Amino acid sequence: MIVHLSVLQVIIPLMAAPACLLLRKRELVWAFATLATFVTFAVSVLLLSQVMQSGAISYDMGGWEAPWGIEYRIDMLNAPLLVLISGISAIALLAARTSIENEIPENRHSFFYIAWLLCMAGLLGITATGDAFNVFVFLEISSLATYTLIALGKDRRALWASFQYLVAGTIGATFILIGIGLMYVMTGTLNMADLAQRLPEVENTKTVFTAFAFFIVGVCMKLALFPLHLWLPNAYAFAPSIVTTFLAATATKVAVYVMIRFIFDVFGFEFSFTHFPLQEILMTLGIAGIFVASIVAINQDNLKRMLAYSSVAQIGYLILGISFASQTGIMATLLHMLNHGLMKGALFLAMAAVVYRMGVANLSQMHGIASRMPLTMAAFLIGGLSLIGVPLTVGFVSKWYLVSAALENGWWPVAAAILLGSLLSVIYIWRVIEVAYFKSVSNNTPDVKEAPASILIPMWILVLANLYFGMDTSLTVSVTQMAAADLFGGLL
Amino acid sequence: MSFLAPELMLQLTMLVPVLAIAGIVLTGRHENVREAVSIIASVIVLALVIGLYNDFTAGVPVAVSWFEIMPGLSLAFRLEATGMIFALVAGLLWLVTIFYAIGYMRSHHEQNQTRFYACFALAIASVFGVAFASNLFTLFIFYEVLTLSTYPLVTHAGTEEAKKGGRTYLGILLGTSIAFFLFAILGTYFVAGTLEFTPGGVFPAGTSTAVGGALLVLFVFGVGKAAIMPFHRWLPAAMVAPTPVSALLHAVAVVKAGAFTLLKVGTFIFGLDFLAMLPTKDALLYLAGASVIIASLIAMRQDNLKKRLAYSTVSQLSYITAGMLLATESGITGGAMHIAMHAFGKITLFFCAGAILVTLHKTDVSQMRGIGWQMPVTMAAFMIGTLSIIGLPPTGGAWSKWFELSAALDTDQLFFMGVLMLSSLLNIAYLMPIPVLAFFPPPDGVPRPPFHEAPLPSLLALTFTALMCIALFFFPQPLFDLAASITQ
Repeated sequence: MIVHLSVLQVIIPLMAAPACLLLRKRELVWAFATLATFVTFAVSVLLLSQVMQSGAISYDMGGWEAPWGIEYRIDMLNAPLLVLISGISAIALLAARTSIENEIPENRHSFFYIAWLLCMAGLLGITATGDAFNVFVFLEISSLATYTLIALGKDRRALWASFQYLVAGTIGATFILIGIGLMYVMTGTLNMADLAQRLPEVENTKTVFTAFAFFIVGVCMKLALFPLHLWLPNAYAFAPSIVTTFLAATATKVAVYVMIRFIFDVFGFEFSFTHFPLQEILMTLGIAGIFVASIVAINQDNLKRMLAYSSVAQIGYLILGISFASQTGIMATLLHMLNHGLMKGALFLAMAAVVYRMGVANLSQMHGIASRMPLTMAAFLIGGLSLIGVPLTVGFVSKWYLVSAALENGWWPVAAAILLGSLLSVIYIWRVIEVAYFKSVSNNTPDVKEAPASILIPMWILVLANLYFGMDTSLTVSVTQMAAADLFGGLL
Repeated sequence: MSFLAPELMLQLTMLVPVLAIAGIVLTGRHENVREAVSIIASVIVLALVIGLYNDFTAGVPVAVSWFEIMPGLSLAFRLEATGMIFALVAGLLWLVTIFYAIGYMRSHHEQNQTRFYACFALAIASVFGVAFASNLFTLFIFYEVLTLSTYPLVTHAGTEEAKKGGRTYLGILLGTSIAFFLFAILGTYFVAGTLEFTPGGVFPAGTSTAVGGALLVLFVFGVGKAAIMPFHRWLPAAMVAPTPVSALLHAVAVVKAGAFTLLKVGTFIFGLDFLAMLPTKDALLYLAGASVIIASLIAMRQDNLKKRLAYSTVSQLSYITAGMLLATESGITGGAMHIAMHAFGKITLFFCAGAILVTLHKTDVSQMRGIGWQMPVTMAAFMIGTLSIIGLPPTGGAWSKWFELSAALDTDQLFFMGVLMLSSLLNIAYLMPIPVLAFFPPPDGVPRPPFHEAPLPSLLALTFTALMCIALFFFPQPLFDLAASITQ
């Protein structure tokens, strides 16, 4: 049983999805999907603890040994991400039953859970696999499921947003496929570890350069790196709120993970950073993303869209961490991946609660809303402080390491830029706080009650996680530190 | 000798106000009970601070560590002389201000009084956090809590003007603290590897003075609460708050948290020896001197009394900043003493301004001619406060100015000596006419207005602080001992 854990956590949601079709009753489907997700979560936690104890786990699918068969490889880099994906999914599903009542027609609820499980299986698959082509397969599974989930949004513009994402996502996936294809042509293998061994022999060929370029650009499309982010704000704004919660907390992180895996493991640090001006490109785009997206976020009335732009900005921080090309930089990125998952999860769940009661999350209708929905807005406040990077929240921890990495490289202006980025987030978060807490209730404010417990409880679980991991960083810091050390193990 | 362990007392100074918040919110409907909660809490806190003072003077080392967030970053507290001075001032004046506020808030019929007292208690809790912090990280956290908890107090009136003031307040204080202060903290950690307040400073020998100089600039601008120009605008903007807030927070707690932070940074992060070598020190000193003079000149042009007092505070805060930048022991001593001396003087002036507002409904200096006959006690107190701000005997302000002057002499900073002299003259020019004109007879033919004093709790409060100004002139020894022990 234990040896099969690494594959089980992909198989469970993948198999649970069609099983949902048999259950029919939507309450049952919800219960089953949630149960399956929690089991997956438990498996991920077990995997993480095992990796921490005894190092990487390699699993040969169907008994076919790598590099011929498909290898699943769980190490310090992807194990924490698996926990994040399944954990956020489990917590979000707790709230999903209530949240989708008003946002998705009842007859589609079963499909919703099926698409959700498939999406989760896809994301977990991308993360767990050690096979380059398998990455593409799971990428498609998760993407197709995501298009469906987004299109379920109540607003008709959700269809358009989904289509927009479909076009962008397909281009990205095609680029990735071309990249993988070229790698296969040059090396005759698809196994990542094997690729890493064979690529250096042929690394000075145009084909490998092209493969690298296609692959990285494709991934950047998926992770919505500025200026390839255009699909993201609409997708997040018009998707059902609970879907946004799940996607914002996990999907882009998975793409960042793929990027790190290929830059550092498959192509190798040396290759990636010497043949390409990768450092300069990533740093420029990262900083530009932080500033442009944050400034755009300041002017949004729809809070889901505002948080979506904030996500684009946060991706800028993640990419900036990679651009440092140092152990601390990667560690900061990994840490921020987990931490940002926690904060965006909490913030979007708060928005899900607002949308559940008010139908929309427009700031212009939220005057004095904190007196009507105190717990929801308190959650938003704490999540927002975490996003800004106030001490004692997870946001501070990631900013701290990010700035430390910048200083380590001697990039003082970049460190200053990171802090200025925080200032911009102060502005867009404080706008909301001012309206919600310090404006008196106006006629424009709908007469609403506090959100139901079924949304509040998952929301506050995430809020408390934001605080807990902001104060006790021993787990997150040590895990990401080990992962970063592993990535640089053979190099420095 | 006290009944409780000093470690416990230190933590209770923060926990008691926080617990009081719960009490204040729960009893919000019953005004008298709610105010009783505030008073009891502030009495307990004062007793705790005095207990701590006894232990401190007895030489008991007091240190508490809560938890470590990351290696080298912990929430920890330690009793130290600068913090002791700040805590004594804040503890004593909180109690006084609560009394004053009861009289003021009721006769002014303010709304949302429960939120007012709750935020007030939170602000005080964070002041003790700042005062007792044993490292920059802990100090930074409470510094930010102080900013956030005072925002609802600034915008208390809820008017557009209040909100605009609140935005300036928050924008400058949060903005400078994140863009410069946090940056300076990170830089310090990167260079020195620790944020612990250490006698003699944390920077290893041979640290480049260019880096140190850059960090000093970041610290001086980043600690926006010390209100050095051009980051002073938040303080006049905060004057839209109810007067007890302006009095305790914007003449004592918040601004002194800034000045206190700079003193700590100068003494325990840079260390006086390293500080004296930094190339940017002189430029910053000139800037502080310019702040002193320019703010005084602006104060002269303000007709609104609270605004005038606010600019006066901006000017006086730069005395403390400059005291640190002189990088000598007497500069630090003078700066630390000025924290206390200015606190008692300025809070008296604010109490008087508020008393005039609630009794006579006057806010502008030009309306205050002859009011001394109506409010003799208030205006006499105003006179004493004025003397203390100017730095004349028989008030405590004379001592701190004395030490600042001697520090300027020690370091041959003739420029700064000139600033101190000129500033005293300017203080006379913009403050003295107010109490003097108040006792001028009314113009011919107008009958002398009847006696009409402030509400009794407020009157008691301002009398007490005025008497303290005088007491500090005759008995400065305990304060001096504390201030002089900072650099030892």
